[in-house]
Amino acid sequence: MRTHPRVGPLAARAVGAPVLDVDALLDDPGTHIVVCCGSGGVGKTTTSAALALRAAERGRKAVVLTIDPARRLAQSMGIRQLDNTPRPVPLVDPAGSLDAMMLDMKRTFDEVVESQASPEKARQILQNPFYIALSSSFAGTQEYMAMEKLGQLYRDARRDGTYDLIVVDTPPSRSALDFLDAPERLSSFLDGRFIRLMLAPARGPARLMSAGFNLVTNALTRILGGQILRDMQTFVAALDTVFGGFRQRAQQTYALLQAAETAFLVVAAPEPDAMREAAYFVERLSGDRMPLQGLIVNRSTIATEESLSAAAAEAAAERLGGQAPVTAGLLRLHADRALLVERQEQLRARFAAAHPHVATAVVPALAGDVHDLDGLREIGTLLAGH
Amino acid sequence: MTSDWPRVQLHVVTGKGGTGKSTVAAALALGLASHGKNVLLCEVEGRQGVARMFDVDPLPYAETRIATGLRHDDHPPGGVYALHIDPEAALLEYLRMYYKLGPAGRALDRFGVIEFATTIAPGVRDVLLTGKVFEAVQRNSRNRGARQYDAVVLDAPPTGRITAFLNVSESVAGLAKVGPIKHQADTMMTLFRSPRTAVHLVTLLEEMPVQETADAIAELKAARLPVGGVVVNQVRPRDLPDEALEAARTGTLDRTAVEQDLKRAGVEAGEEFVDTLLDEAREYAERRALEDEQREVVGGLGVPTYELERLAAGIDLGSLYELAECLKEQHLA
Repeated sequence: MRTHPRVGPLAARAVGAPVLDVDALLDDPGTHIVVCCGSGGVGKTTTSAALALRAAERGRKAVVLTIDPARRLAQSMGIRQLDNTPRPVPLVDPAGSLDAMMLDMKRTFDEVVESQASPEKARQILQNPFYIALSSSFAGTQEYMAMEKLGQLYRDARRDGTYDLIVVDTPPSRSALDFLDAPERLSSFLDGRFIRLMLAPARGPARLMSAGFNLVTNALTRILGGQILRDMQTFVAALDTVFGGFRQRAQQTYALLQAAETAFLVVAAPEPDAMREAAYFVERLSGDRMPLQGLIVNRSTIATEESLSAAAAEAAAERLGGQAPVTAGLLRLHADRALLVERQEQLRARFAAAHPHVATAVVPALAGDVHDLDGLREIGTLLAGH
Repeated sequence: MTSDWPRVQLHVVTGKGGTGKSTVAAALALGLASHGKNVLLCEVEGRQGVARMFDVDPLPYAETRIATGLRHDDHPPGGVYALHIDPEAALLEYLRMYYKLGPAGRALDRFGVIEFATTIAPGVRDVLLTGKVFEAVQRNSRNRGARQYDAVVLDAPPTGRITAFLNVSESVAGLAKVGPIKHQADTMMTLFRSPRTAVHLVTLLEEMPVQETADAIAELKAARLPVGGVVVNQVRPRDLPDEALEAARTGTLDRTAVEQDLKRAGVEAGEEFVDTLLDEAREYAERRALEDEQREVVGGLGVPTYELERLAAGIDLGSLYELAECLKEQHLA
C-alpha cells in the first residue's frame, strides 16, 4: 500500500468552479454594497465582519450592518455593544475606516413612522398595541427593516460621503430571501382587499360595504373580538399614509440591490442542507436578476498534499490492532478526515455541476472561535485565498 | 430500560443553526417509537427536512406514517408519523374546528384575511404553529377519529427564537387582553409550562453554540418553560488515546516509532505523509482541548447531557437509527 500525491485540484479550490477573487471585489471602487446571504449557522455574520474589516484595511471607508450578532462579535471588534447607530471600530493605522452597527428593528420602524407622519399622528401610531406587536415581532418585520436601514445608510453615505462600502448581513430567514420579497409583499398587502376592508368603516359610507365585507367583518368580530378589530382599524388607518413613503423606498432599495454597484455573496457550510439552501439562494438571485458574485463555503476540511484513502488508512489501523495504539489512532484520524474531505468535495462538485458559473471561495475551518480583530483578520485572509 | 423523561409527552428540540437539531429530533422520534409506541414528528419551518431525512415524498398537511420506530431489546417497535405544519392550513383547520363559519370562511380567504394573518400579522404565525402542536398532544373530540400519540416531537425554531416561539401568551398579550384568542393561548401555555413538556437543546462543543445554549436555558427558565436535556452533537471520535493528546498538541509524538509502525502496517509512507499525520494529530488535539473546555461549560449548566458522535460519512436513514439507539442507551428516549 502506498500513499499517493493528490490527483486533481488542490486545497482551497472548489472542484470545477472558478475561484472567487474576494480582494478584487473589495478593492473595486465600483462596489458599494456587499450583501451576504445564506441559511442560519453558516458563519454569515462573522464573514460579513471579516469582509468589512479586510476592505477597511485595504483602504475602503466601510460599514458593516449586522442583524443578530453574538455578543462575542461586538467584543471581537472592540465595541461593547452594537446598536442602531454605526460605531467606529478602533483599528491601528488603517488605510480606510470601519464602522459597525446592529439592526434594531423596532427603533428603525419608529424612525420611519416619525419621519413620515405628523407628530400627533406618529404618537397615535407608536402607541397602538397592534403597532407595538408588529414592530417588535420577529418574523417578517426584520426583513423589511433590514431593507429600510440599508436604504438609509446608502442615502446618507451618498450625501455625506461617510462610507464607500456597506457590507450587509441578512436575517437568517427560513424562507430564503424574504428580504427580497419585502417590497412586493408590502405592496400587495397595501393594495389588497384586506386594507380596504379595514379602512371601509373608518371612511364611513355604508354603501361601500358589500355583502362579502359584512360577512368578513362579522366573522372577524366573532373570532377576534371587537376590541382587536377596532385596534387593527385604527392602526391600518393611521399607517396607511405612512406606508406610502415606506413602500416607495422599499422599491428603491430593491432597485439598488439589482444595480451593478451591489454584489451578493452566498455563504454556506459544507453540509448537504446548507449547500442545498445555497443552491436555492443562487437560483433565486438569478431569477430576480440580482448581481451574484460568488459562493463562500466556510468551515471546510481541506485535502492534504500526501494522503491515504479512508479505506486504506482504516485497514492499516486495523492491521496494527492494539499493538501501536498511537499510530493506529493517527491512521484512524486520517481516515476520518479523508472521508470528510471526500464528502465535502462531492458536495461542492455537485453544486458546481449545477451552477458552473458561480465563483467559489473555500474557507478552511479554524480550530477555535474568533475573539478579536486578529481572528477576524485571519478569516479575511482565508477568504481572500491566502 | 427507562427514560429520563417518562412523563413527557411533548419533546421540543431546538438548537443553534448548523448544530443538527433536525437530525436529533428525527433520531429522538425513532428512539421514542420503540416498544410499540407511536410518535408524531412535527416540522414547522417549511423546509421539508423530515421528508428528505426519511427519504419520502414531501409531506402534506396530514399526519403520514414515515418510518418504523427503533427495535430495542427485541420488543416490536411502533410507528413514526410526520406532520409538516403549514400556518395557512392550520388556520383554516382551526377555524373549521372551532367556528362554524360556512361561507364566511371562504370569504376570509378571498379578502386576504388568511394571508394577512399568516404572513403579516405579528405573532399569529407562531401561535398557529404551536396551536397545531398543542392539538396533536392534547387531542379532543373536535378532531374526531384522529390518532392518539404516545409522544410528539417538535423540530422547533432555533435557540435564538425558541422562547418567543413557545411563549404564546406573551405574543398575543399585546393584541388580546381578553377574548377567545387570549383564552386559547393561555390553555396552550398551561401544557407548555407543565412537566408534560421538555425543551431539549442541541449544541456542538464549540463556544458560540454552547453560549447560545446557556442563554436559551436562562431565557426558558425566566419564562417558566421546562428545560429538558442538552444533546451534544457531532462529538469527535476519540481515536487518539488520551495520554497521547498532549504530545500530539506540542508536536512531540515519537516520529521514529510512528514510521516503524507504519512500515509494520504495510504503509510505504514518505516523510510528507508522516508530516501530514502529525499535523492532523496536532490539529485534532487542539480541537479536543477546546471540546473538553466546552464540555465542562455544558456540564455546569445543571441539566442532563447526552452525547452523539460525529458521523464522518454523513447522515442517512440507517445512521438515524444508530443515533436513535445512542439516545436510547443514554435514556433521552
